[in-house]
Amino acid sequence: MNMTNAIRFLLLSCFLAAGSIGAQEAMPPDVLVKNVTSEVVEIIAKDKEIRSGNRAKLIEVIDAKVLPHFNFNSMTQLAMGQNWKGATPEQRKQLVDAFRTLLVRTYASALAAYSEQKFDYRPLRAKPTDTDVTVQVRVIQPGAQPVPIDYSMEKTPTGWKVYDVMVGGVSLVANYRTEFATVVRNTGIDGLIKDLQTKNRGLEEKGAQKK
Amino acid sequence: MIRCLVLLAAFAVSGCATGPDRDPRDPLEPMNRAVYKFNDTFDDAIAKPVAGAYKDLLHVEIRSRVSNFFSNIQDILIGANNVLQGKFQEGIEDWARFAFNSTIGLLGIHDVASDMGIEKHNEDFGQTFGRWGVGSGPYLILPFLGSSTVRDGVGTAVDYYFAPLTEVRPYDLRDFLYVLYFVNTRAELLDASNLLEQAALDRYTFQRDAYLQRRRSLIYDGSPPREREEVNDPPDSTVK
Repeated sequence: MNMTNAIRFLLLSCFLAAGSIGAQEAMPPDVLVKNVTSEVVEIIAKDKEIRSGNRAKLIEVIDAKVLPHFNFNSMTQLAMGQNWKGATPEQRKQLVDAFRTLLVRTYASALAAYSEQKFDYRPLRAKPTDTDVTVQVRVIQPGAQPVPIDYSMEKTPTGWKVYDVMVGGVSLVANYRTEFATVVRNTGIDGLIKDLQTKNRGLEEKGAQKK
Repeated sequence: MIRCLVLLAAFAVSGCATGPDRDPRDPLEPMNRAVYKFNDTFDDAIAKPVAGAYKDLLHVEIRSRVSNFFSNIQDILIGANNVLQGKFQEGIEDWARFAFNSTIGLLGIHDVASDMGIEKHNEDFGQTFGRWGVGSGPYLILPFLGSSTVRDGVGTAVDYYFAPLTEVRPYDLRDFLYVLYFVNTRAELLDASNLLEQAALDRYTFQRDAYLQRRRSLIYDGSPPREREEVNDPPDSTVK
């Protein structure tokens, strides 16, 4: 009797473990967006330091909770367009790093301006076999048209990753594409890397002054 | 104001000299950059400080009542534009919003219609012209008002012409309401403009591209057809 119980327990725990691993791998993109959004919003709502303007702590939260779900390689590549082909591996790495830093800082400012708006998660319109989907969320605020936020996501071996964000119909990647192209045309890829790094340093100093 | 816009439009059409390397959507870039600089100076010196003071002075609850009041008045023209675009259901919703908010919502200061599930829309004459097939024309920065295009600039002039606010009398009250409207609108945009400053390498191009993308999305009510460029340029996840 004891033996069967033990085996049953063993089998059960195996299934449970398998189940949880499977669930993590197959977490649908819309569920992922919803979970991450509610988690981050809850953290901000509870954290007095963040709400009183501690930007470094907010960036820590973003680093831990949000960044793993973004594919910055894809984002940078899309924003670079044709110029990506002309970049050396070292330049590519620097571009991705600098662009990531800029986006995280911008995202942090957007989140800091967040004040209890509600989210409306739209049902996902995609087939189970799709590997490229758009997850739609709408930010509801009284007296104004809801602001749509669309996450373009691609399926990767490590789960679904965001490669573009559209806010109110404005694609971040498309917007940076023109900017990047102009800078590269004028001062080359190294010029763009320098511009991005200078911009990031400026934001860092500004952030430090605020504190 | 309207005469000024018409003059600008005429100037825009006559001054179509494209330079090398210029964005085809923005042949008037040198003129636009000059107006942009002027607007920026005005904004830094007057509009932003006033809007900041207004924001500090009035509680968010009151500011949101002010926003609702103006938003409610705009629903009349938003409805008209929806009807002109053949979207009768939406037009009726806009006018229903105005009816509920003006009465139960106490002259629009409470957005009860949204609570009832009647959603706010975003329409104007520029969008209606776009829906009718009018191309945007060159990008245009209007003095004080900022990003626009030739089409949207004409649309804005028509918007102002029909705006119920222009009918308000006595004139002092009308002028007061206009000033309040602009200050309140600028205050609402403070966060957004700070964000723009952070995100952009060159604020002029960043704002221009965002504006053009946004208008395109609005004309198609949030689902514009995909541009070829995007389709031909899928992310290549093999690159590490």
